[in-house]
Amino acid sequence: MLDVKDRQLLEYVQLGLPICPRPYAEIGRLCDMPETEVIERLTRLKQQGLIKRMGVIVKHRQLGYRANAMIVWNVPDNLIKQLGGHISRFSFVTLCYQRPRQPEWPYNLYCMIHGKDRVTVLNQLEQLVDACGLSGFDKEILFSNRCFKQRGAIYQNPTPALADG
Amino acid sequence: MDEIDKQIINTLQDGFPICDAPYRQVAAQLGLTEQELIARLKTLLDNGTLTRFGPLYNAEQMGGALTLAAVKAPQERYDEITEIINAFPEVAHNYARSHELNMWFVIATETPEQIQQTIDAIERQSGLTVYNMPKNKEYFVNLKLEA
Repeated sequence: MLDVKDRQLLEYVQLGLPICPRPYAEIGRLCDMPETEVIERLTRLKQQGLIKRMGVIVKHRQLGYRANAMIVWNVPDNLIKQLGGHISRFSFVTLCYQRPRQPEWPYNLYCMIHGKDRVTVLNQLEQLVDACGLSGFDKEILFSNRCFKQRGAIYQNPTPALADG
Repeated sequence: MDEIDKQIINTLQDGFPICDAPYRQVAAQLGLTEQELIARLKTLLDNGTLTRFGPLYNAEQMGGALTLAAVKAPQERYDEITEIINAFPEVAHNYARSHELNMWFVIATETPEQIQQTIDAIERQSGLTVYNMPKNKEYFVNLKLEA
């Protein structure tokens, strides 16, 4: 699906878009491609879903989002799709995943809430539990204390840039 | 960061046009000049409010692989374990969390096989068991933090 030129383009773009009036022309200059071709290829890669989105990646702590909770639930497998769909519709939920259970770790549904402080996050969680009917399921709330490392993944050979966990 | 910066951040989290003069288009939408938007964006990147400005790739579609992993790091070895794990270029994020499983990190590699190799290497170097929690399914969320 990706040809050599796509890969080359993605490699340049992943470092960040140039901040100048004609950013795609600038990328084209770097990888020897006309501006129109850069725009066509990027548009297609976005339509195909390889580029999830273009835009800014924020540092949530810098925006005052100091509380970040990962909430894990143990829900019945036959309800997980419905519950995951419901949870992900709340605007304060920033990530929602189904993951396999582990030995001594029975949780299979994960979501993340980023908030300005813990009280706000806990209130939002309560709202979520009520609205989605989650009160009967085991859960754990894991607040983050420190962030040691946060970066987009950079590879030599193109390459995912990650949403922040 | 003033109200205009907040508007810029909120708008650009919704996406960025792919066209010949994208900054001009976004600036018009925000009632700014192209030069003003460019200057403000540069400042927000320079002062660290924004980490990156560009594309967010779909790792799996790129042939790459991602997983979430965690370890139970004993308190007395916490800093040492942090150093070991962060030294891996495959580790993209790493967070301390309040739980017995107290260190949670994302591993991103170019191929699925390299995930297991990285986990094995972390286990060897740390002497800890790595809990591997790859995603089975992602539920779509509109990832956006109001500035």
